[in-house]
Amino acid sequence: MAFFLETLLGGLMVGMLYSLVALGFVLIFKASGVFNFAQGAMVLFAALAMARLAQWIPEWTGIESKVLANLAAFVLAGALMFVIAWLIERLVLRHLVNQEGATLLMATLGIAYFLDGIGQTIFGSNVYKLDIGMPKEPIFVFESVFPGGILINREDLIAAAIATALVAMLSLFFQKTSTGRALRAVADDHQAAQSIGIPLNRIWVIVWCVAGVVALVAGMIWGSKLGVQFSLATVALRALPVVILGGLTSVPGAIIGGLVIGAGEKLSEVYLGPYVGGGIEIWFAYVLALVFLLFRPQGMFGEKIIDRV
Amino acid sequence: MFYRENGQFKTSYRADQQILPILQDRIAMVLLLLVAFIAVPVLSSDYLMRAILIPFLIFSLAAIGVNVLVGYCGQITLGSGAFMAVGAYGAYNFFVRMPGMPLVVALILGGVCAMLFGILFGLPSLRVRGLYLAVATLAAQFFSDWMFLRITWFTMDTPSGSVAVSNLQVFGLPLQSSISKYLFCLSIVVLIALLVKNLVRGAIGREWMAIRDMDVAAAVIGIRPMYAKLSAFAVSSFIIGVAGALWAFVYLGAWEPSAFSVDYSFRLLFMVIIGGLGSIMGSFFGAAFIVILPIALNQFLPFVAGLLGISITTTAVSHAELIVFGGLIVWFLIVEPHGLARLWAIGKQKMRLWPFPH
Repeated sequence: MAFFLETLLGGLMVGMLYSLVALGFVLIFKASGVFNFAQGAMVLFAALAMARLAQWIPEWTGIESKVLANLAAFVLAGALMFVIAWLIERLVLRHLVNQEGATLLMATLGIAYFLDGIGQTIFGSNVYKLDIGMPKEPIFVFESVFPGGILINREDLIAAAIATALVAMLSLFFQKTSTGRALRAVADDHQAAQSIGIPLNRIWVIVWCVAGVVALVAGMIWGSKLGVQFSLATVALRALPVVILGGLTSVPGAIIGGLVIGAGEKLSEVYLGPYVGGGIEIWFAYVLALVFLLFRPQGMFGEKIIDRV
Repeated sequence: MFYRENGQFKTSYRADQQILPILQDRIAMVLLLLVAFIAVPVLSSDYLMRAILIPFLIFSLAAIGVNVLVGYCGQITLGSGAFMAVGAYGAYNFFVRMPGMPLVVALILGGVCAMLFGILFGLPSLRVRGLYLAVATLAAQFFSDWMFLRITWFTMDTPSGSVAVSNLQVFGLPLQSSISKYLFCLSIVVLIALLVKNLVRGAIGREWMAIRDMDVAAAVIGIRPMYAKLSAFAVSSFIIGVAGALWAFVYLGAWEPSAFSVDYSFRLLFMVIIGGLGSIMGSFFGAAFIVILPIALNQFLPFVAGLLGISITTTAVSHAELIVFGGLIVWFLIVEPHGLARLWAIGKQKMRLWPFPH
């Protein structure tokens, strides 16, 4: 029982990180109808920028304090993501308005290749360490209930807390600010939003900026967990089942989908994996999402798909 | 001046429905085939044939397969790399486990394996569509990656799933030289392209297009969505499977599961979109673009750097390749979202009017 709980908790915390990446997909899809395959590349780019800047800034300015250097790197990397968001809107999306979904999907794949290439050209392509001061040693909880307690990774716990805080902040932003309201209006109906005077182009820039910041946070956490390297870009592929499970248009869906996929992945790997040779977690998540889609084609919380002739 | 349909009257329905109704088109096609079958093998070098023409042909074949599904039936798929892998390993198993199995039969059986796999992973298309389906088909990709790595029966228990074939023969002739490989691939590509061309202009092709344009309306006028979608998945994955088997047998010779990564699925979709959705001709254009571009960049970038007096490392070249590749794709989608086939059609229209533009 303790082992089961331990696996489940570990899975849930990884799931929280998946939902962080998934959130980036959902935000952009809601606002602009673009399925952004470049989210993974953005995570990689942001993490690379963060890791290298945290290393470079002390060299340039002589700042000793690690916290300050990390903070400065975070702000600078965030600014970089803003610039990228603006460029993407300006140079790509603006010219592709009203194209089919598949064309837009391919365009974001092109952006992904581009970002992968340019990120590694500027920041180098080795494995970099990103130390943001997360405690590594595990802790034990519920020692009174189970013999030996349950092992929890402190790092995962903090990551999950950061993710939760980010999600809470985003939902506040969406619900309470006027920009957030405009974003929701655009997500609802492009034309209606435009007709009451919401500038579509600016909204898209904002959405891509928010997605960029989400990518930065995701990249930071994943990067400090696994090291910043090219394989970070594939985290997006792990987060895709989360998006379709939760529904492409639902923020809570991304969160709950992430938790379900994270837990399902870990539990299947531990309890099912040994019978079939292990390594099943990647496709198991997809199959889980697929089976779910057979019953609810729009995902858990996605908008109902209505067919009209 | 020369490209006109004037004066070419059709007297029967059959004649009107030809694949190439205009005489000039027929002449051009015969010339093209003559060039491809005779002039190219005589003139081109071994390197050109091995590094560019054979990959181009095999990917054209795969792109035709993807086009059946994405371009004609409107089901976006990101699992084509998996269909290639299943085709390759399927053909390998038949080829190695049954002594005396002819190569062509093994290729077809590999295609049949891919077809069954495709139908299985096509089932979600009955419920899910659009981008949800695109993501759902990624399941096929990851499943096949895992299957060929972990289930060692498929790879004859070789470590890391790497396998090799040798002594390829077609009808008793050895398939060793680049010329023989080229001609073998070309024959298969021509054959399947003709087959697909006939399929898509027949009843089943029109059903696919009806489903693509609006599946609810198609169902209302009596087209069975299940039959149409699954048949598109079957035909498409069969062709992609044959292409995968060709890629493995003829081009690679020895391969492992990572040879058919998710990157192939993306590239195949690029080919179809850049070439033009719903166009056989476009598949060839798209394949040419995607196959030749990286090779050209690989040759061209060090040359440019040399001119500017910068020495760049191979990793820098590969990164620059990614940048240019991504940038060009985005640029291309912006300039001509309907693909190279549309440019071709515009060019043809211009030709008809030439030299009088009005």
